Amino acid sequence: MKKTLALLLSLLLAFSLFACGEKALDGDGLTEASTTEPVIIPENPVIRLSTTTSVNDSGLLPAIVPVFEAATGYTVEITSAGSGAAIEKGRTGDADLLLVHSKASEEEFLAEGWSPARIPFMYNYFVIVGPANDPAGVASATSASEALKKIAESSSTFISRGDDSGTHKAELKIWDTAGITPAGDWYVSAGQGMGAVLNMAAEQQAYTLTDKATYLAHEQKSQLAMLLEKNDELKNTYSLLAISPEKWPDTNIAGAQAFIEWITSAEGYKLIDEYGVNEYGEQLFFTMPAESLTVPVTSNTEPDAPTEEATTLPLAA
Amino acid sequence: MQTFQELWQLLTGPDGELRGIVYTTLRLCLTSTVLSAALGIPGGAALGLYRFPGRKFLVRICRTLMGLPPVLAGLAAFFLLSRSGPLGQYKLLYSVGAMVTAQIMLGVPIAAGLTQSVIASSAEAIRETAYGIGLRRCRLLGRTLHECRKSFVSIVCLTFGQCLSEVGAAQICGGNIAGKTRVMTTAIVLETNMGDFKMAGALGILLLLISFGIMALGAWGVRADE
Repeated sequence: MKKTLALLLSLLLAFSLFACGEKALDGDGLTEASTTEPVIIPENPVIRLSTTTSVNDSGLLPAIVPVFEAATGYTVEITSAGSGAAIEKGRTGDADLLLVHSKASEEEFLAEGWSPARIPFMYNYFVIVGPANDPAGVASATSASEALKKIAESSSTFISRGDDSGTHKAELKIWDTAGITPAGDWYVSAGQGMGAVLNMAAEQQAYTLTDKATYLAHEQKSQLAMLLEKNDELKNTYSLLAISPEKWPDTNIAGAQAFIEWITSAEGYKLIDEYGVNEYGEQLFFTMPAESLTVPVTSNTEPDAPTEEATTLPLAA
Repeated sequence: MQTFQELWQLLTGPDGELRGIVYTTLRLCLTSTVLSAALGIPGGAALGLYRFPGRKFLVRICRTLMGLPPVLAGLAAFFLLSRSGPLGQYKLLYSVGAMVTAQIMLGVPIAAGLTQSVIASSAEAIRETAYGIGLRRCRLLGRTLHECRKSFVSIVCLTFGQCLSEVGAAQICGGNIAGKTRVMTTAIVLETNMGDFKMAGALGILLLLISFGIMALGAWGVRADE
């Protein structure tokens, strides 16, 4: 009977319309259920946070952001991509706040007036990982540039992110320090995210540069050994940049400010410092001491409230 | 086996994240499919049935777009919906609405192109019968759509399959935001990137099962119609 067909089609239609209409409910339901005392929902409750894969896929943000959401009533929508793409979303107006790790690109972004301030607030370390038998002898290197030199000299396969990300830029800087322009069959430019590159390195038993958190959170880590870590050249600093309302008038500057104030507060810092200690047996991200914090963002340049909060921050990093 | 147990727990347990992902996936794909079919099938039927200048060119465009790579559709929707794009004021980027927009770009040419080829092959016969019983030109379209309704089920199923399986557009326009725009395919990419191949594979099998269920429903619809 054609009635059945018509019924089926109208069911489909009804479902999809119902689904569309319900959209607005989804977000609020969660925050309401998870808090006991009523939290005043801010006027503009959605913060669009554009970040790098290393802080999202490693589990840091998924672990700490719900605490912020429950305390303030904001909803943080996190999109992650390589730092190059993550910063670009600030230029196209598709983010309110950036959490990235690519100093040169951040300073360029700042100079172009897209953001009023760059706030470096935590760091971790890049590590060089590779096959456990270490044919290039990276483990005996005293610096990252020396390690890369050994890889190049032995023509061992090295997989580069090749995607204009913060990690890719850090890698290129180390090659530069080593005085080598990497090229040849052994140098593979993958053009993919950190996780995908670790998969490739595990599969091909190749070397690569990765941030430690993504490596430790990666399921295939047993196939790659951590060969070089905690070297000055391998320090990896993360910064927050709110998008300037002068560039994008409808950017959620209040939300960005609230997030910055919370994450650099004693509570936020404690959560960052403790993240991963139970699961991996060591600290993954290190917050920066209070005095290195630049005064956060307001559209006027006068320093205000956050400064007094900053003085109460734990100094141990 | 252990992975499937884990998956089952995720699906039925207190943590509703995976259920949310399945729900978002169905919501997205059903909306995109219904809208694509609503636009594509009548459009394709008109292309197959009527003769007008520029028809061949339109058919060719339609054929080309049937092979549109999902990432390109995603990118086009991104340009359109980004704050710096023409529709930026509606703040649609990184929402299910944005993903629907991109998937419609993928779905409409498929629905239209397939409808056009189904109708074109029987257009002559239908036209003759229609004139024979004295139908006017404007009612021809309705009559034809009615005659070919069985083919439309498979066309709708194919369109749905495309929406369900693509990842490029969902990733670019949805941003894979947890609890909001994360769907089955982008979750599979995420698990793969985190090196958890087993979970990625298990999610893939779940996706195929969902697809199987929907297709079975379509087949049941056709049988019931007969």
